[in-house]
Amino acid sequence: MVPTSYHLILSGILFTIGVTGVLLRRNIIIIFMSIELMLNAVNLSFVALARHFGNMDGQIIVFFVMSVAAAEVAVGLAIILLVFRGRETVNVDELNLMRW
Amino acid sequence: MEHPHAAEVAVQTVSYLRYIVLFPLLGVVFNLFLGPRYGRQVVNWVSPGMIFLAFCFAFAAFVQLPDGGALVDSVYPWIYSGALHVDIALRVDPLSGTMIMVITGVGFLIHVYSVGYMAHDDDVVRYFAYLNLFTTAMLLLVLGDNILLLFVGWEGVGLCSYLLIGFWYTDDEKASAGKKAFIVNRIGDAGFLLGLFLLFWSLGAHGVWTLSFSEIAAHASVLPVTTVTLICLLFFVGAAGKSAQIPLYVWLPDAMAGPTPVSALIHAATMVTAGIYLIARMHFLYSLSQTALAVVAVVGAVTALFAATIALVQTDIKKVLAYSTVSQLGYMFLGLGVGAYAAGVFHVMTHAFFKALLFLGAGSVIHGMSEEQDIRKMGGLRSKMPTTYGTFAIGCLAIAGFPLLSGFFSKDLILEHAFGSPHGSPLLWLIGTLGAGLTAFYMFRLFFVTFWGENRSDPEIAHHIHESPQVMTMPLVVLAILSLIGGYFTVPELLSPLYGHEHPHVSPLVKYLPTLLGLGGIGLAYRLYVQDPPFVPGRGGADRLSRQFAGLHQLLLNKYYVDELYEAAIVRPLLAASDWLWKVWDTVVIDGLVNGTAQVIQANGSVLRFWQTGNVQTYALSFCCGAIVILGYYLW
Amino acid sequence: MDMTLPAVNWLSVLPTLLLSVTGMLALFWDIWMKDDERSLLGWLSLTGIVVTALCSWLLWGQNDVESFSGMFALDAYAVFFHLVFCLVAGLTVLMSLTYLETAEIRHGEYYALILFATVGMTVMAAATDLILIFLGLETMSIAVYVLAGIWRQHLTSHEAALKYFLLGAFASGFLLYGIALIYGATGSVQLGPIAEHVGAQGSSPLLLIGMGLLIVGFGFKVAAVPFHVWTPDVYQGSPTTVTAFMAVGVKAAAFAAFARIFLHTLGAVHTDWQGILWVVAALTMTVGNITALVQHNIKRMLAYSSIAHAGYLLVAMVAGKELGGAALMYYLVAYGLMNLGAFGVVVAVGRKGEPHEELDDYAGLGFRHPALGMAMTVFMLSLTGVPPLVGFTGKFYIFSAAVQAGYIWLAIIGVLNSVVSAYYYIRVVVNMYMREGEAIVELPSLRSALGAAILIAAIGTVLMGVFPSASMSWAGASFLSLG
Repeated sequence: MVPTSYHLILSGILFTIGVTGVLLRRNIIIIFMSIELMLNAVNLSFVALARHFGNMDGQIIVFFVMSVAAAEVAVGLAIILLVFRGRETVNVDELNLMRW
Repeated sequence: MEHPHAAEVAVQTVSYLRYIVLFPLLGVVFNLFLGPRYGRQVVNWVSPGMIFLAFCFAFAAFVQLPDGGALVDSVYPWIYSGALHVDIALRVDPLSGTMIMVITGVGFLIHVYSVGYMAHDDDVVRYFAYLNLFTTAMLLLVLGDNILLLFVGWEGVGLCSYLLIGFWYTDDEKASAGKKAFIVNRIGDAGFLLGLFLLFWSLGAHGVWTLSFSEIAAHASVLPVTTVTLICLLFFVGAAGKSAQIPLYVWLPDAMAGPTPVSALIHAATMVTAGIYLIARMHFLYSLSQTALAVVAVVGAVTALFAATIALVQTDIKKVLAYSTVSQLGYMFLGLGVGAYAAGVFHVMTHAFFKALLFLGAGSVIHGMSEEQDIRKMGGLRSKMPTTYGTFAIGCLAIAGFPLLSGFFSKDLILEHAFGSPHGSPLLWLIGTLGAGLTAFYMFRLFFVTFWGENRSDPEIAHHIHESPQVMTMPLVVLAILSLIGGYFTVPELLSPLYGHEHPHVSPLVKYLPTLLGLGGIGLAYRLYVQDPPFVPGRGGADRLSRQFAGLHQLLLNKYYVDELYEAAIVRPLLAASDWLWKVWDTVVIDGLVNGTAQVIQANGSVLRFWQTGNVQTYALSFCCGAIVILGYYLW
Repeated sequence: MDMTLPAVNWLSVLPTLLLSVTGMLALFWDIWMKDDERSLLGWLSLTGIVVTALCSWLLWGQNDVESFSGMFALDAYAVFFHLVFCLVAGLTVLMSLTYLETAEIRHGEYYALILFATVGMTVMAAATDLILIFLGLETMSIAVYVLAGIWRQHLTSHEAALKYFLLGAFASGFLLYGIALIYGATGSVQLGPIAEHVGAQGSSPLLLIGMGLLIVGFGFKVAAVPFHVWTPDVYQGSPTTVTAFMAVGVKAAAFAAFARIFLHTLGAVHTDWQGILWVVAALTMTVGNITALVQHNIKRMLAYSSIAHAGYLLVAMVAGKELGGAALMYYLVAYGLMNLGAFGVVVAVGRKGEPHEELDDYAGLGFRHPALGMAMTVFMLSLTGVPPLVGFTGKFYIFSAAVQAGYIWLAIIGVLNSVVSAYYYIRVVVNMYMREGEAIVELPSLRSALGAAILIAAIGTVLMGVFPSASMSWAGASFLSLG
């Protein structure tokens, strides 16, 4: 049996990859996907911990998180679409109408 | 010196003190909401009327004041925070009793005078709203039973002062004068607030969470001397800001940009004495710290002399009076600093009488001269404005310390204490005495140049010169009478339950030299400005003197270049620093960080792209840095 | 299989349900509504909010028990925040009734979104389970993301929505990760068992990291430095009423959950988080105030001001205990009133097609429109902390709590900050009263819902400052209901 800590470490690595993606990628869609990766990394933790504690809490939480993520996708893509229609770009660097 | 314990004072509970504050407040509300509808005629009656009602209640309280005791009016509980209980409570004791009599009395006269002075101004409703609001705040300041309530009044008077200086808003110079007053007062406020919290905390460390004056007085002795000194000095910063002492005096002369009755009420008679009141109120703390007292005394004495020298050469009638106010406030601080609190407060009262008189007289002159303020273009007003002339003369004699007038008693009392009190020294006395001579000189210079000699104004203006209407001259007459007899109001005896009763015995030389110097100053002014025609280049003693000491003259004329010094030493570096923070920190450091990180990780990253601001990823980076620091703190 | 349904206490979710139902009604009604009748939606929402507020009021102190197996508790603490949210949402709707006309926002879902965001806030305040708190936060956030971008004519609004959305989702990831780690450290996501576990066993590395991530996540929502950078852009770009709603409502909701978790559940290990919050509070006050000094856009200035105020609120959290908690709750109400009022004036000054958001647009306003000028003066002075307005009493409560808890230096930093802050608040007043402005041809009328909102905020700002003790003792009692 794989120890819980392995899952947690994998989850931490996935989360970090997600954060790095948010910081470095220029395409809004990919940044958004990186955020989804972060959420799923956390989901992995929840499932692993649920198994570790032997209770269902963690697994149920994952369903909630997934539905929240789905809702975020719906709104997020709509907003990205709105921005794309206005500015014809999905590059975050070009979104700086407001600064300082 | 032993002061009677504050808690032992006979306290009588009454419930009418609140009306002293409420009537002026009612005036504010009326002016703001109904004034525009009812117009000038009604406002002219309501505003001074409310102050008069406040005066009546103040008088009742003053008369009812039990011998050596106090009246307290607890209105309602205000701020309860844990062990700290602060009530809206008003207290009249000999100190605040004296103050409310001056504020409502002189305030009422100035309100009446304003009716005449503002007769041709369209914005009279707003003017009276501010003036009433100021009176409300000032009364709250002196009546408050705890520091927090005092602070409410403190901020209130500052705000009104600021609004009234900028009253004629269209003038850029006036708006910037308001700004200067604001910034300087903010520095003072910072000192006040820090003092307040430090006092609160250090008493709390001994288990006493309180802000009430009587409780602080009862427990002040538990504090270590260094703490007391620090608290006193912080409060003194606040007092110096409000009461225009070195180095925070710079706003007061500029504040003369406001309407003249405002200068009389706020910048001469009442608000500027708030700092004196604060220290007189907290005397039990100051008496515990030799250092703090010494600082107060030295700053006061130096300011008294310093401002007097600047006043010697000013040619704007209001500027002379402004510097004279700064100088007189210095005397009051000198009195406080040598432990002669009663003498200081005595001088607050007499000064309120004669300085309000002088300012209102100056206002009358300016009014009669079609808004001319330059004394070089005046002269010979003696015959055209007889009432103003007569009352102004009394004011000048009073401030010069002419024997048996009000200023003679209070100023001499301060100087005697400066010499003879355990906290005093001959040097302080000497500085004050020199200042007294200068005071007499510059006041009579002003007086002779304005009222005697030939008229030097344009013929057109000269044609219009007229005495002010009765509504303006009556307050002058009343104030002149007060300036004559104010010295016989036995304020020091009245205050003795608070400050003890003692009178230093000094030699006749010490006692009479200030008066003699004062008389000498008057004589010198007569010699230079009456016997020689004033302000004619190449002729007369004054002109010769100014050419002989051209450097000194320039230095005084430019007010020791203090404004320029502050500009160069404080304002410009501050602006530069702010600019640096904004430009360099935000654009170079933050963006550079992004830039650098990206360059390391993503070698092909275009530099320019990362220089852009308003970038989501810059924000995410800042976010991550914060997260890393916090997690790092927990992990290691 | 044997299933027992948990005992459900429907009363405890009544306010939340009422708001949800009103929101859905507004959404459906909008489908067959003519364009010019849209303001009816606003009045419907307002009715729903008022009814919710009344219900919450009646439930105060009635319902302290937990329901839904310990996931939800309508204790006095939650009711207090419910009322705050109703006040914020109500004033926002009142302002919107005028604003949507001038800003030409014609989307019926606007009011429904405001209501749904409020639903999320009520869940955040009443939830006693980390996951439920997360769900409430997301419900609120997703609605507000859409609201930020609802001003479709303006590219800045799109950009604000996108920035808020991306960074908000990013921050949610951190928050969720924190929840997962706390779950890992304590074996539960319910606040009660977590508190028991922490009280019995103290902290562990996993718990500490989880706590740190929660601070990060909540720090984003309350706009604490260094998680504040999104605030100015988003506040500037969003429609003004939405900005007001975000600045006050979202912040209050985040603090409601933040304080419940940290002051109550993690109270036993307060030494582990007070140090961090001390530094964050000091930084937040200072950076917010200093940066606000150089702003020229009033919404941006108010954004930095809201950052600074988050700092003052964090001081209250650091002070902790009953005093700090009560001061936090009192100041949230105070902040809500004066900030909503200020944004109300910003709305009033804006015209069709011309938002008038620069400081220069306020020149001479005090003379052209005395009532509006006076109201703005009251709000600015209160934000500065001039007595006797509510901003002063609120700050005094906070700093006094900090001093009484021994944090004298934090109090001193706070006092100095509020002294500095006067400069940029008073600059607005100076602009209104000491400069001549170009005459705006069309003066805003205050005989409208907007005027009512500004009036309510102004009266509240004055009265709560002059008579603070009733609301303060109410806040104290509510905080104590946490147990």
